[in-house]
Formats: sequence, C-alpha cells, structure tokens
Amino acid sequence: MLILPSELSPNQERMSVQVKLRKGANIKLKGVANRVKVDANASDVVALKPSDFHGVIPKLILREGAKVKAGTPIFFDKENVDIKFSSPVSGEIIEIVRGARRVILEIRIKNDGANVAEDFGATDIAAASKEDLTMKLLGAGLWPFIKQRPFNCIANPSDAPKAVFVSAFDTSPLAPDYDFLLEGREEDFQAGIDALAKFSKTGFVNLNVPTSKEVRFNFEDKFVYTDSIGKRVALDYKTAANASAHTGSAKAIKSINDKYGQASDLFTKANNIYLGEISGQHPAGNVGIQIHHINPVNKGEVVWTVNAQDVAMIGNFLRTGKLTAKKLVALTGSEVATPQYYNVTIGQSLDSIFEGNLKDAEEAPRFISGNALTGTKVEKNGFLGFYDSQLTVLPEGNKYDFFGWMLPIQPEKLSLSRTLWSWIIPSKAYRLNTNLNGESRAFVVTGEYEEVLPMKIYPVQLLKSCLVEDIDAMEGLGIYEIVPEDLALCEFACTSKQPVQQILQAGLDLVKKECA
Amino acid sequence: MKFLERLVDKMEPNFEKGGKYEKWFPLFDGFATFLFTPKHTTKKGVHIRDAVDLKRTMNTVIQALIPCLLFGIWNTGFQHYSALGLLEEFGFLDQILFGAIKVLPIVIVSYAVGLGVEFGFCIAKGHPIEEGFLVSGMLIPLIVPADTPLWMVAVATIFAVVFVKEVFGGTGMNILNPALTARAFLYFAYPKQLSGDKAWVNTELPDGYVQTESGKVLNELGQAVGQFDAMAGATQLSRFNASIGIYKEQGIDAGIAALDGAHSLLDSFLGLIPGSIGETSVVAILIGAGLLLHSGVASWKIMASGIFGAVFMTIIFNTAGMNPYMTVGPLEHLTAGGFMFGIVFMATDPVSAAQTEVGKVIYGFFIGLMTIMIRVFNPAYPEGIMLAILFMNVMSPLIDHYVVQGNIKDRLQRAKLHSLTH
Repeated sequence: MLILPSELSPNQERMSVQVKLRKGANIKLKGVANRVKVDANASDVVALKPSDFHGVIPKLILREGAKVKAGTPIFFDKENVDIKFSSPVSGEIIEIVRGARRVILEIRIKNDGANVAEDFGATDIAAASKEDLTMKLLGAGLWPFIKQRPFNCIANPSDAPKAVFVSAFDTSPLAPDYDFLLEGREEDFQAGIDALAKFSKTGFVNLNVPTSKEVRFNFEDKFVYTDSIGKRVALDYKTAANASAHTGSAKAIKSINDKYGQASDLFTKANNIYLGEISGQHPAGNVGIQIHHINPVNKGEVVWTVNAQDVAMIGNFLRTGKLTAKKLVALTGSEVATPQYYNVTIGQSLDSIFEGNLKDAEEAPRFISGNALTGTKVEKNGFLGFYDSQLTVLPEGNKYDFFGWMLPIQPEKLSLSRTLWSWIIPSKAYRLNTNLNGESRAFVVTGEYEEVLPMKIYPVQLLKSCLVEDIDAMEGLGIYEIVPEDLALCEFACTSKQPVQQILQAGLDLVKKECA
Repeated sequence: MKFLERLVDKMEPNFEKGGKYEKWFPLFDGFATFLFTPKHTTKKGVHIRDAVDLKRTMNTVIQALIPCLLFGIWNTGFQHYSALGLLEEFGFLDQILFGAIKVLPIVIVSYAVGLGVEFGFCIAKGHPIEEGFLVSGMLIPLIVPADTPLWMVAVATIFAVVFVKEVFGGTGMNILNPALTARAFLYFAYPKQLSGDKAWVNTELPDGYVQTESGKVLNELGQAVGQFDAMAGATQLSRFNASIGIYKEQGIDAGIAALDGAHSLLDSFLGLIPGSIGETSVVAILIGAGLLLHSGVASWKIMASGIFGAVFMTIIFNTAGMNPYMTVGPLEHLTAGGFMFGIVFMATDPVSAAQTEVGKVIYGFFIGLMTIMIRVFNPAYPEGIMLAILFMNVMSPLIDHYVVQGNIKDRLQRAKLHSLTH
C-alpha cells in the first residue's frame, strides 16, 4: 500500500515502486507482429462506433451530409453533454448506420484525404490550468481517451481523481510493443504526461513499466525489425543461437535482447511521473491490476487511466492545437501472412489492412479488433475500434473434436491446467482457434480463477454476487476495483466455460446505475 | 471419424426443439458429446478458451482412481483365499478373477443406476446431462465392501443422486459429497450387512470345497488344503477398537498387547488388509493423489492439512494415552481404514469442500482432526472419515463465509485508513 505525500516533487528524485506479481499466465500465440512499420492503404471511409463507448447513449450533433474537419464534434453523450466525440478525419458524413430500435451502430465519414483539422490553438501546458486543459480536450473530442476506475467508463470531467495511471506495456496475447508504438514520440508523450499530471491529486502520473520484456519471434522463428539505417532485417533466431557469441548474428541477438528487453527511456526517463516497475505474467500489463497494487480504489474514490499511445495523441493535440488522429496498430494472429505494425487513422476501415495479408484458408477466420481475450469481433470490412491498438485474426473452431476431452496430447490446444500435456513444452506458441472446448456448466472447479488473478479479490464470490444482483456484497467484495479485462484470463481458464466478463459487466452496470 | 460426425449432424435436428424426439435430447446430447467435443465457438467475451473442460477434469479423476480399482479387485480375491488358507491352491490369476467377479458388477450397477436417474431428471427438466456422476459412479463401488448386495448398491445410488444432487440443482450445486452419502446411507440403513467382522471378507467356499469343524478346508478330493482364519474379517480399525474392550476387562497391558495382533504397518501401507474395495492400499491411493496433484485437479491444501490435522490429533492422544486406542501412532492411523482414500478423493471434491484457499486449509485440518477423534472416542463407529467429511461439508459454507468476511473487512479497513491520512 502506498501513501504518498502530495507535496513531494517527483522531479527531484527518480522514485519508483516495485511490484512482483506471482499469479497469472502468458498465453503464447502464433503470429507475433514483426517490428516494422508500414503505412496502411488510405482508408476511404472511416467510422466511429458508439458501441466502443460502453454506457454512452449517443446524441447526434451533425447529420448525414455534414462536412467535417478533423476534430469537429459529431455526437455527444446523453448523460454528460460536455463529453463530445469528434471526427478523426476531414470529409463528409456519408452514412449513419442504425440497428434494431434505431440504435446508432456506425457513423461513416468519407475521408477526403486533405486532412484539414479544426484549429483549437496550441497550449502552453506548463502554464495552463486544469480547467483550460479540460475545456480544450472536451472541445476537440479527445476526452473519451480518459477513462476511469471504477467501471472503466469515460471519466467525468467534474471529478477530481486521486491519481492518474498509465500502463506502458501490454501483456495480452500478441500485444504490440509500446516502446515501438511510441518510438520517436518523446515530446508528444511528455506533453501528454505533463497535461495529465495536472488533473491528478498527486501532481504526477503513475507510469508503470515492465521489469523485463519478453522478446518474441514470429512463427518462422525470425525476429524482423528495421535497423538504425531503416533497412529491414530478418534475424534467424535458431541459427544465431547455435553460433558462437562472436559471430554477427549471435551478437545481434544479444543486443536485441538487451535493447528491446527493457522498457525504453521514453518511459523510464519521463518527467512528472512516479515509476512503477512491474514483474509478472499477464495480466501484469493491465492498468487495473497495477492500480490495485500501488494505489487501490476505495469506495467513493476515482482513478483515471489513459492508454500510453493516447497520451501521445493528447500531447500532440495540445502542442499543435490540431487533432492528428493517427496511431500505430499491430496486425497479429496465426491467420495473417505478414504480421506487422500499420500506421492507421482512428476508425480506419479494416479492409485496407487485411486485404492481401491473409493466409489462404478454406474457411473465413475470425477478425478481432483488440486482443484475443478482450477484443470485439468485427467483419473483414468493419472498422477499427476506438481504443484498440491491435488486430487479431484467428481461425474459427466450429469443428468436432473426436474424444477431445480424453486425449492427453493435442498439439493444437493449450491448457493452463496440466490435464493436457501442453505443459511439457512451455515455450511453444499456439495456433488456437475459437472453439469453446467444452460446454457451459455451473461453477464446479475451485481455485482456478485465483491462480490467474493477481488481486486480493475473491473472483467467484464477486461473480456470484453479480449474478444475484446483491449490490452490498458486490461493493464489499471490491467491484469498484475490478473491470472485465482483469478477469479475461479467468474466463480463458474457466473449466465451466462461464461468460465471466459478461457477468462482471452486468454487475458493474447495475452498481453504476444504482449508486451513481 | 468423418462418417460419425456426419451421422451426428444428420440425427441432431430430430432431437432439437420442434424435432420428433425433442424430449430425448439429453440422451442424444450425452452420447454425442461423449464422442466429440462439440463445435460451439466463442460468442461474446474471450475468443479463445482453455482446452480443459469438466469432462476432461472428471476423466483425470477417474484415471487417478484406476490404481485403487485394480488393486481392490486383486485384494478382494487375495483376502478371500487368504481367509480360507487357500493361497497356494488359488494363485494370482484366480485371485484377480474372483475379485473381478465380485467388483465389476458393483461398478456396472453403480454407473447404470446413477446415470439412469440422472438422465431421467435431465429429460424431465429439459437440460443436457452433466458430468458429475462420472466420478461419483466410480467412487461408490470403491468405498463399499465387496460383498455388498447389488440391490443395496442400487438403492444407495438412487438415494444419493436424487436427494443429495438432483434436488439441489444438479452438478455443482450439492452441499454433501454424493458418493459418501451413498455410503452413509448403506451404513445406517443396513448396519448388519455392512459392518462388523463378517462384512469385509467373503468366506464362501469354492465349489466342491468343504469346511470341517476344526476349521480345515478340504478340496473336492477330500485333501486338507487350507485353514479357516476366524480373525480374517477384522479390519485394522476394528482391531484397534477391540483393544478398548480388552483393556476394560483385562487392564492396560492386555489392551496394548491386543494391538500387536493388528496387521503390520507395511501390510496396511501396501493394502494387504481387509476393508472396502478401493480404500486399503495407500500405495495405490498415493499414485492417484500424485496424478490429481500434478494435473491441478485436486487441492494439495486439503490433502496436506487433512494429514496434518490427523497427525496433530493422534499426537495429542498419544500424549494423553488413556486407553490402548490412544496409543496407536500417527502412521498406523493414516494407513488404517479409509482415511487416505477419503482425504485424497472425497474431501477434495471441489463442490462440497470449502471454496476459498484459506478455507480449504481449515476444512482439511478439521477433517483430519475429527476423523481421529471419532475413531478413538466413539466405540460405535470404528471409522471416522466418512462422518468427519460429511460434517465438514456442511460446515464449509460457514468457513468460506468468514474467510470472505475477512476480505470485506480488510477492504473497509483500508478505505478507513486511506480517508484518515488524506
């Protein structure tokens, strides 16, 4: 537990806290993205999906046919009219796609390619007040990047959070490397941190980095990266590992592990931060787990969280006064021919990314915006999720498995329990499909959720209190501290195939409604 | 396998809603999912799922029970021929044959009756059959004496499945361990057949054999080939129990001397003693325990704290030493009776045990403690593990409640501390 005096200035000494997490599991999948950045084909159409913002009821400001610039507000949240959502590109709103009961599914904007942005004026972040920054971010539609604990909904601008947390790494399956995502964006990132530090009661941002990172090789056992002169290099790990330390490729491997196996200076040497060094397996990269161990949320308190890449986007906006809605997204997964990083616009149409980069297969694979545990299913011609920095393409698993529950050896399947002999080769990467691997049952096995949840929370008891809608029990058991993505690994490991994240989300929605 | 898949696909519409055999869906589903893991894919939530499911978990437990079953089959025959002194006449294969003829029908009846009742409930309620009984069906035969009449096994199984599992809601909802309740039912409903010295070893003579008054066993040709052992049926625990009676009549020395007549520690460890079918061999149980612990299916905390609780209580009794039974040492207690079987296979049933990790330690400890206490203090029940586990099954929600309350209090305390300093 950490009790921090708010008068202490973090610039005077580099303070840090170490957190060692013993529970959890890394799921190794095939299809790690190569460390190369590629510009995606220009996306003619981008779309904003209100479903990305859980709990927001969109109210349109502009209609079909309206001309927009990057940063023009398009809709706002019915519950909080100050929170606006803006267009990522300049162009024209061509279609508002509605679903059942006129629910807005997508707001499609034709990208005119001119990239004209609304000018909000550059900000002197050091001199700006909290209120100035709030107005600027709300006006340009950047506020939705700031989320909160409890509930993981968009932060309320009138709240005074006790801390702001940013996780500088992601341990989800096939997650992008944040050091690579933010390479070269030191000034933008620092500007974002400086701005966010103003909102926090502590006066700084809690930034959490991993103690060491696993450098992963793609499924051809090659580490593909762009070297210092911009050349694309493919290092063959296997042959290098056998060579002696003096040969070029073995030395290159070692220098790669040294260089990429630690969090980059962009994070560790930033100003206005309180550094947290986290060691452990997934979900160590989840900001909610980090908050729980460093500065847990009690009832009535609020902590704000921002994704590291979005911090840079906020910083860039404040420095330039214009919204540049571009981000790097990792295309990953076993069904991708060349997994790599793409430079895309927020709301990019996925066709432009998937096209020509999928392996030949008999059946259509599953396209996921996000990672394999918490992402949303999208269509091949769908659009990138607002908060996602990753796309995963997995094979569907709608086929029978003869005596699937009996055989101890199943090469394509992974189990965190040792009932399957997958534990014999711990470093293997899997081509997992979307098969449920069993049928849905009541809660039977105990202790398996606790094995993969590094929090002082009783997950099954909490989930049961959500199912019976017992709000007092939910509060007592810590519903203010946990969000569905923290339980995603529990859902993966569940023997009874329970819809864990869904149950918790229903519980969170109920508590938010009743206790707001 | 493609042909089987196509067959299942073709037959399925008949059993779904609106199909001709809609009512029999649980039966079809049970067989189809036995052959194949179904082709359901993830819809909402995580997109990939662990390969473990309840069938695989149950299958691991059944595999862990196989050593006990095999040993029990052999031991049934061994004890039978040993009691008649016919071990030279009837060798290893004969012993296995005798045991198989006695044991396998019990296994078949247990599964057939239990699954029959479960299918009946599923068809009546309209939900698919669940895997819970795969393990209970194997446990029930292993904890009854080999001579138990098959109709008794059937009645006990029906009682357990209906009143301990189905009325509570099926798999995952029971408070008590179903297999153990079946055994308790037999114990209390049919005490004469299932306790006392006659129940444990079958002493029927083979065809054509005769027994003389002096106890000699004569084969078909009239030769004296064996000797009837009247003490053969006494289990380890009943010998310990008997020492109390002897102590009361003849004093402490005679009581302790009577303990020497019990089976040796090595015999009771290996399992060459009379008892229920699967419970005697600690070696076989430990092999099963190894598989359960390694695969992560059973909790090591329950097993370890159970053994610790039993040893703890035994040492207290050894120190008090007020009657011969109290002088029985920890190793003797651990290897006698059904303690090891109970603590490894019964106490670790995840649904009826405590569900919090701290709770499991408390739960296991008290099972071990109470087993020894019931054994020593209660002259009517030689074995304590069954009642200790059933009692702690009832208490485990209470244990969990207080453990969870501790977590809730910690959270409130942290909030209070935080608001005081900020």
